[in-house]
Amino acid sequence: MLQIKDVYASVEEKDILKGISLSVNAGEVHAIMGPNGAGKSTLASIIAGKEEFELTKGHITIDGEDITELDAEERAHKGVFLSFQYPVEIPGVSVTNFIKTAINENRKAKGLKDMPASEMLKKIKEKADLLEIDRKFLSRSLNVGFSGGEKKRNEIFQMAMLEPKLAILDETDSGLDIDALKVVANGVNKLKNKDNAVIVITHYQRLLDYIVPDFVHVIMDGKIVKSGTKQLAYELEEKGYDWIKEELV
Amino acid sequence: MSKYTEDDLKKELETKEYEYGFYTDLESETFPIGLNEDIVRAISKKKQEPQWMTQWRLDAFKVWKSMQEPQWANVNYKKPDFQAIAYYSAPKAVDPNKTLDDVDPELLAMYKKLGISVDEQKKMNNVAIDIVVDSVSVATTFKKTLSEKGIIFMSISEAIKEHPELVKKYLGTVVPTKDNFYASLNSAVFSDGSFCYIPKGVRCPMELSTYFRINQAGTGQFERTLLIADQGSYVSYLEGCTAPSRDENQLHAAVVELIALDDAEIKYSTVQNWYPGSAEGKGGVYNFVTKRGLCERNAKISWTQVETGSAVTWKYPSCILKGDNSIGEFYSIAVTNNYQQADTGTKMIHLGKNTRSTIISKGISAGKSQNSYRGLVKINASAENARNFSQCDSLLMGNECGAHTFPYIEVKNKTAKIEHEATTSKIGEDQIFYCNQRGIDTEKAIALVVNGFSKEVLNKLPMEFAVEAQKLLEISLEGSVG
Repeated sequence: MLQIKDVYASVEEKDILKGISLSVNAGEVHAIMGPNGAGKSTLASIIAGKEEFELTKGHITIDGEDITELDAEERAHKGVFLSFQYPVEIPGVSVTNFIKTAINENRKAKGLKDMPASEMLKKIKEKADLLEIDRKFLSRSLNVGFSGGEKKRNEIFQMAMLEPKLAILDETDSGLDIDALKVVANGVNKLKNKDNAVIVITHYQRLLDYIVPDFVHVIMDGKIVKSGTKQLAYELEEKGYDWIKEELV
Repeated sequence: MSKYTEDDLKKELETKEYEYGFYTDLESETFPIGLNEDIVRAISKKKQEPQWMTQWRLDAFKVWKSMQEPQWANVNYKKPDFQAIAYYSAPKAVDPNKTLDDVDPELLAMYKKLGISVDEQKKMNNVAIDIVVDSVSVATTFKKTLSEKGIIFMSISEAIKEHPELVKKYLGTVVPTKDNFYASLNSAVFSDGSFCYIPKGVRCPMELSTYFRINQAGTGQFERTLLIADQGSYVSYLEGCTAPSRDENQLHAAVVELIALDDAEIKYSTVQNWYPGSAEGKGGVYNFVTKRGLCERNAKISWTQVETGSAVTWKYPSCILKGDNSIGEFYSIAVTNNYQQADTGTKMIHLGKNTRSTIISKGISAGKSQNSYRGLVKINASAENARNFSQCDSLLMGNECGAHTFPYIEVKNKTAKIEHEATTSKIGEDQIFYCNQRGIDTEKAIALVVNGFSKEVLNKLPMEFAVEAQKLLEISLEGSVG
């Protein structure tokens, strides 16, 4: 589904990604791990199409279609979803209004009419129940005054509503206590199926106890230096990243 | 990545012309340019006014001659040459009896372009409308329906003739002829406007609306609105304004006076969309307006304004809370883009006991514009237990615009409770990217953020106009963030 071929990227003239290749198939869960500053979040941004990040070399394709020249919203229309590490606040715009706008903009891009209100309501109710989201939460201004857990739950709620092909979870576990982590992970697991794929970006193996990856990749200094299975995550937890560095030398 | 750049957006904005910038070729009668006593007399004569009215104008003119243009506002513009303006212009074909069937077909075509359907559509929306083109009122609808309730809704010229006792009693009582430079000028030369009287205890069954249009080149528009809500009555009033796109600046100096007698309530909403000038800051309307309301006992006046047009705006809709327990409200959204300048806000003058006022001001600046809130909250010694809450929020787009807040508070009674909150924020690239990532394009993302920011005020508009105002905000800000 997702093919990343020899991608180099920089931000403000500084090279961050230095030749990343990755292949993700439908139905798979991939974990991307690595120390701070290795380029994990840059990889997420470059897939999502954040403007400040410049792809200097390489290609990214979704279902065979090159998306490297597309705007962020066009990539979203192709089914790319990014759960933000730091979701932004939009005062005065309710969670419901925001997701309604997002859904209808995605439909518009596909040449469909706005989703009928009754259908929208039904869907919102269904997904809110799935993620144990309180009805009152839906009328609050987007991310304004949300706790860390509420913000991340809201991200997963949007994912549930938009039903993306490819979901990238950028440090979704940061700022969550164990109960919130379980709820969020549970939500992701319920949304996972044979037709979509998930990339989990994380520092720690903790989240991977709940969202179990098929593959684990380690990024260091802008390159994938090691790939393996879930077992690799345990090794990293136990030994840190230094042994990989040593191995590389 | 080929991202939609600021340049692309700018180009698009340039091609997105002011929607109402057309000129209608109406045969007009226009006075020669310049202002002197003879012109003032001629306007009065043209309108077949009684002697007292002519004298009232002449007195105002005398005062005006001795006055200076105010300089304190945070705006810069070339001062208009008051001798280079024509003070009266009227579409010739207007029938004095003004039934819609008699109206010039060109005029009707113009209304259609403006999106005003004077007959069926507004009937369904339950809005009675008075239309002022250049200097005169050209059509007032629903007079009959309204008159059954005793409501008077007509042009002020007609009112001077048909209800002189009401006009004489109230005209200039809230905004005196010597109030300020522009108000004095307006008093001397106003050519038309709307008049409305709601009798005791009557709840006006429909929205009343005035639509102002400057059509003719080189003319100033000086309309006068007088609205009286008698004891225990209620009325909701809306005014809208547009003008053709012209390279030269046009002057608009209106006066609006509201009188809410005991237990009455007036809701006055404005959607101001005068031509703002070109993207390079050429042309546009100078909007110098004096709006004030007087509240008697238990009365309430609520001003709501959505200001998106004009090159320069100087406007402070105010409330004099004279009666005990009276309430004043001001809800404002002021948008400036390109080279627009706005200095707008309100004055809440607390005289009576237990008077309350609320000010919610939302300023949105984009392009190279300057947007200022200027407000006065004054609690007189007589105003026991007065309360005010003010909130001024500014939203900036880009790095070349300015937002300014000038709140003045004068308190002469220790029992007063005053709260003032202010915030300044900027539409961030992070907000835009967040929306983009959810499939929402940049234009729509800005609209979403702006509407969220303005929500508290948009909610105060009558329903049928809230949607219109929301669209107007989106159009005004199109292409303002890169």
